[in-house]
Formats: sequence, C-alpha cells, structure tokens
Amino acid sequence: MSRTAENYRGYNFAYLDEQTKRMIRRAILKAIAIPGYQVPFASREMPMPYGWGTGGVQVTAAILGPSDVLKVIDQGADDTTNAVSIRQFFEKTAGVETTTETGKASVIQTRHRIPEAKLQANQVLVYQVPIPEPLRFLEPRETETRTLHALAEYGLMHVRLYEDIAQHGHIAKTYAYPVLVADRYVMDPSPIPKFDNPKMHESAALQLFGAGREKRIYAVPPHTKVVSLDFEDHPFEATKFEQPCALCGAKDSYLDEVITDDRGGRMFVCSDTHHCETRRCEGHLGPLGMPVTEAAE
Amino acid sequence: MYVAVKGGERAIANAHRLLEHERRGDRSVPEIGTAQIEQQLSLAVDRVMSEGSLYDRALAALAIKQARGDLIEAIFLIRAYRTTLPRFGFSVPLDTAAMAIRRRISSTYKDLPGGQVLGPTFDYTHRLLDFALAAEGEPEAPATAPVDTELRFPRVTDLIAEDDLIERNPPADPAGPVGDLTREPLAFPAERDLRLQNLARGDEGFLLALGYSTQRGYGRNHPFVGEIRMGEVEVEFEIPELGITVSLGAVTLTECQMVNQFKGSLTEPAKFTRGYGLSFGHCERRAMSMSLVDRALRADELGEERTSPAQDEEFVLSHSDNIQATGFVEHLKLPHYVDFQAELALLRQMRREHEARQNTYPEAAE
Amino acid sequence: MSLAGLQNPVLDQQATFRAVMQALAEPGHAVPAGAVAGEASPLGPVARAIALSLLDFEVQFHLSPSLASAEGDLTFHTGSRRAARPDEAEFAFLDLRHDALDLASFAQGTPEYPDRSTTLVLRVESFAEGNPLTLAGPGIPGSRKCRIAGLPVDFAAQWGANAARSPLGVDLIFTTSEAVLGLPRSTRIIEEAR
Repeated sequence: MSRTAENYRGYNFAYLDEQTKRMIRRAILKAIAIPGYQVPFASREMPMPYGWGTGGVQVTAAILGPSDVLKVIDQGADDTTNAVSIRQFFEKTAGVETTTETGKASVIQTRHRIPEAKLQANQVLVYQVPIPEPLRFLEPRETETRTLHALAEYGLMHVRLYEDIAQHGHIAKTYAYPVLVADRYVMDPSPIPKFDNPKMHESAALQLFGAGREKRIYAVPPHTKVVSLDFEDHPFEATKFEQPCALCGAKDSYLDEVITDDRGGRMFVCSDTHHCETRRCEGHLGPLGMPVTEAAE
Repeated sequence: MYVAVKGGERAIANAHRLLEHERRGDRSVPEIGTAQIEQQLSLAVDRVMSEGSLYDRALAALAIKQARGDLIEAIFLIRAYRTTLPRFGFSVPLDTAAMAIRRRISSTYKDLPGGQVLGPTFDYTHRLLDFALAAEGEPEAPATAPVDTELRFPRVTDLIAEDDLIERNPPADPAGPVGDLTREPLAFPAERDLRLQNLARGDEGFLLALGYSTQRGYGRNHPFVGEIRMGEVEVEFEIPELGITVSLGAVTLTECQMVNQFKGSLTEPAKFTRGYGLSFGHCERRAMSMSLVDRALRADELGEERTSPAQDEEFVLSHSDNIQATGFVEHLKLPHYVDFQAELALLRQMRREHEARQNTYPEAAE
Repeated sequence: MSLAGLQNPVLDQQATFRAVMQALAEPGHAVPAGAVAGEASPLGPVARAIALSLLDFEVQFHLSPSLASAEGDLTFHTGSRRAARPDEAEFAFLDLRHDALDLASFAQGTPEYPDRSTTLVLRVESFAEGNPLTLAGPGIPGSRKCRIAGLPVDFAAQWGANAARSPLGVDLIFTTSEAVLGLPRSTRIIEEAR
C-alpha cells in the first residue's frame, strides 16, 4: 500500500480547513498592526508534534497560495530531516513549488536561522517558535508576563542581563537573544543565534512568528526597528568566527562545527547550505572545499 | 575531503518503512485486527477516546494499532484527525441522572435508591496472573437478572442536596456561551467550564499524580466518593431551524461526584462542596482524579489559600495536555546545533578570558 | 436580491487575505485587490471580498447606516452576526463617501490584549485624489506619501488620537473598487498637505 499523495486527498488546500485559516489570518493581521505583540490564537492540533514547527506550519498554511514558492530550512539547512519533512508536507497538501534557493522563494519557513542572503520585499519569513514569551525565563506565569508587557515594564529583563555581565563579564545569552521591536514590545526572536539578530532590523521582508503549542502569533513588518537589548558600557555584539567556512571560504556567515575524527579534529562549515553552495558555484573555495559540479549532487 | 550530509528524504522514507515492519512484528504470528483491539483492549480504547476528545471506538482502535500500543501516540493520531472535522454545534447538556447504569457505587451511603451496582470492575480481583488466559480459554457467560424497568438511580449528590447539606450546582444557563479551548486560546483565570474541559482531555498520569498529591496534604480537600456511575447516556442535538431535538445515539460515560470538606461562614450555614469528574468510556481512575483536581482548582472561588500545585490553575492547565507535553519534551531530539554552536563559542571565549586573567594576575587566582 | 459568493472560495480568500496582509505590512501603499465579489453590494466589490474572506461565525461585524442593507448578505455568506454595538464588532464596514467616521466609538483593545480591537474596512473613491499624506512607522522605509479621497476634515486629528492610544487603537483598511490600502495603528501621519 503506497502512502503518497492519494492519502491526502480528503484534506483542504494546505491541509487546514478554511475556518481555521480565517482565524489564523485575523491573528496575523493584528500581529502586523502591533509589531512584537504576541496575539493569542486558537492553535490547532497538527499532524506533527507540538514543538516541531506546528506554529510555523499553521502560519505558512494560512498565507500560502498556489503561486507561492516555498523554502523550508532547519538550522539553516534545506536537507535536515525536519525541514525535509515539513517541505514534503506542503508539497503533498498544497502542491506548491518548493525551492532551496533563498532568492527564488516567496515564503521561507525557518527554524533557528535567518538565511545569509539579504531578504527582499515581498518575501515572507515564517519562524517556528518554541517559547514566544521573552520574559518566560524570568517569570513562568502568563498572568504576570502579560501585565509586564501591558506596562512596558522591562526593568527585570535588564537586571537579569546585567547580572550576567557582573558574573561572567558577558551577557550569557547566545541565542533567542531578546529584542525591542518598534520601541515598544520586547520580543523573543525564536532560538536564532544572536549572530542573526541584526538581520531582523529594517529587513525588507515581512517576518511572521508562529508558536503552536503556546498558541501565539507575532510579527515584525518590513522596515521596522529591531534592537537587541544591551547596555551603553556593554553594547550588543554579534558572534564572530575566527576561521572562514572550510568549504566555501566565507568569512561572514554563521558556521557549524563538525567533528571529523576522535582525535580532536574539527572543521567549520556554513550552516546556510544554500549560501555555501552558491558561493562554491561562483568559484569561492575554502581550505577543504571542492568545486561544485553537476555530478557532485 | 568533506561531503555534507545529504539524503534526508530517503532516510525518512526508509525509517517509515522500517517502522511499519516493526509494527507488524513476526509475520508468522496472526495480525491483530482493529475489532480485536476494540473488543479486547477496550479500556485502552476508552483512554484514547477520552484524551483524544473524540468518541469513536473504531478509530481509537485503529490508532492504537497504528501506534503499536503507544497510547499517547494513538491519542495524538486521534487529536490530529479530530481537528480536521467540521463543527455543527453543541449537544444538549447530557443528563447523567438518566444514565442506563452498568456500574454505580457510593462510598458515602451503605445503601441507597437503586442500590450499589458493582458491574465490571477490577476492584476485588486478586492481582494474580491468570495463566489460563495465555491458553486462550473462553470465560464463563455473565450472570443475568430480569430487567427491572421501574428501577431508578438518583444521583447521590441530588439526594444530599435535598437536605441542603451540599452546595447546589450552578443553575443551567442554556443561553450562555459554551467555552471550547480547542477553538479559543485559554486565558487565565479560566472559568470552571474550560477548566473541566482541560482536565477531561488531560493526561491520566498527570491527573492521577495531582489528585494523589491533594490526598497527601498538598491542597487537602477531604474527599468522599459520593458516587461513581458508569453506563450509557443519550446524546441529543437541537436543530434550531426545525425547533426539534434529535437523538444522535448513546455514549458510554464514567462520572465521579466527589463530596468534599464543608464550608460555611457567619452568614452561610456549613455545606459540603463538590468536585466533578467525567470521562468517555469506563475510566474510573481518571474520573476520580479529575474530580479531586477540579475541587482543588476551586480554591479561589471557595476562599481557600492556594498553596499547592494542584490548586495552581495556570500550572495545572498549562501542563495537563500530554500531546503538548510529549511534543515539546521530544522536540529536544531535533537538531539544535546552531544554538549549541553559539553556546560553545561563548564558553570558549569565556575560558580564554579566564586564562588570560590568570596569566596576567597569577596571584589573584589563589 | 441575492449576491453570489466568491467564485473560488479557497483561492479567492487566500488572495484577498494576502492583499490585505501586504497592505497592512506596507502602510500607505495601494495594493491591487486579490479578488472581487458582488459589484452590486453597497460595500463595493473589494470590501465585500474582504468580508467574505475574513468573517465567520466566530466574529461579529458592524455596518454603517449607508451599508445597513448588506446585513442579510454578509450573514448568509459568512455566518457572522451583526454586533449590537460598534465596539463589540471585530470588523466594521463604512462608506466614507456617505458615513461619518468616529474612530473612538470602536473597540480599542485593552492594555493586556490590544488585539481585541475593531478593524475598520472603509470604502473611498480613489487613492489618486485627496490631500497628500506623509506617513512613517513600521512597514515604511523612511516615509511614504499617499492619497485617500474623501477623508473627513478632522481625520488627521482623529488618527493622531488613535496613534496616541498605541499599542491600543483601531486599524484601517481602505478600499476602492480595485485596491486596498492599509493604515495600522502603528502608522503616524507626519505631514498633511492642504
């Protein structure tokens, strides 16, 4: 028995029923109108586990149309298992064109990264969000954090970040680093490395965030001020790497560490697989890279 | 030479094939049928229907088969299916007083109208493995008695209420909105209807542990089992356009009415309070646990200090759903190497700085 | 008179939503409507397509006096009901060529839930006439100029009061017979040429 497209015939375009899409769309419009504010929505049970991208999948399903081109990445890569699984889900249920090329995509769903290539107007970046509440690590209660946002009372957050400086000499947050959106709401950018934070600021693309289990949707419109929280004496600093990508030689991309043997061998390669491939196609080569040819696939 | 890992799609497809193979097990052993699961693993079916929030024995049995007996996985399959179903409306409130009783016991009265009906229960079985079962012997046919159509089973809580010794149920409000946490996100503080809905779908183990904790002093509320009843109840649906009510059939339910410590004040005479539990199928443990937690969550309403986990509405309602819980716990196995790399980089930097400080001020390290 | 629904509900609702989404994400930018429905509706074909795409039994709508006759049509096609008061509606439909505008009379949200506010769908004649407005805020690189025909004379003052309530306040979706233009509460009018 084959478990392919026929099994999905009973479902609506992009899986969700129209009633659910309308509910999500209404939440998205509010989210765009109130940048950084977490709009509660009646998140549905999806055919994939909570915590595995159900929020992002619902947002993508609600916005997707037949003319869209979809790219899905996890950890920056198009070929990680969860990215493959979500891409297949939309291929089956919406029949939309998919791509790995950042520039070709109209909708990009991501987990944990922002692509290295600068995003353009009319592109939508959909983030999968595990814990949408930036104050959650300070205060577990929703009733409390909601009041803090209402009052724009973010002193507690600054105190906590400063405690890090006192103790470690650094703000010890390296991912999910909180940002202030449009001078009003402190927002969790999802667990992207803080290396990616500056890309959110004044991005030409619309950024939508979906948290399925926690039932929240939020947004950063294009060309919106997004500032990583910091202090005058300890300004925000994005992570820097000491070596270039071993494959493509990029000096300005986010790198994954790969263990190559059991004698301490390490290499660093671009986490954005499409970025790395594009550079190698253009002839850039790192110390361990080989030119990309048709056969290399 | 390093070649990046590829082939995610094929790996996934092959993993699914292998999973199917493992689910089937040794092919020389006859395959289990969903009808067998529905009939012979009926309590597993009941749990899947309860926590899956969908009354359909055949689908629950299919889910259990597909999930290889992993009940949380089966509940997940049912939930994901349920969410795609269109809603036509809400049923008329069920009348559990009119239940066709298969089991009904009270621990507060020795005898009562309708009597104590043990029904099919493990309660007084000795937990000794029955090796005869391994040989697939047929059990005896059940004992029967003539049907007494006059017999009524009034709810124990209604009997106590006649003496005004227990708080009344809030009056019915047919015009009021019907809360549904699957259609609207839960906001805190939540009303009791949404709390009960949350608990009715909640993980049995979670409810059991919380209910148990109230007995051990973490939010004690002196419970008595006023009544547990199990049997069939008619589900009716009102069609407003036609002004008629039609029967959609009957469902099996287990209801637990807990009678709890009394409350009174200078102006109000003392009365027992209530905790309520309801479940699809025959799920006595979950109905009882639910009624203990429901009563604990009424702390604010009854003017009790909230000191324990079971009384903490936000804590209980946010963590009761095993589909949410299992998804988020298990998502930790997804790749996190981007974040881990960010942590590694900072840690290495801090170690370097520490080393530099030690080299500059060796005496400070003493 | 009975009007037809959307021609292809699934795709037309998606296209309509995307146009509105883009309009709110790029305030002041006139976006071609995703779909139209019912030339004969007093709402106009674009606003009616928006109603048919975003309303259902979970929300209530408000109609201005000049659009009151559309109630049966919207209820029939969407299952949504008319709200008893304007500030109980999630969506309000007005025709600025005939109706007065009072932004403060609609739901503004609460400090804890600023999203519990009314979205106004406003019919106007065109985005080519009217006093030029210069806008700034999220969704706008620097500033953006736009024109909206037939705004009430006190519009800039009302909008200023709405912005002062931010993050509370209402969001506006202007429609002509072929395009939509968004003005979310986060947008400021920095200049109004007379």
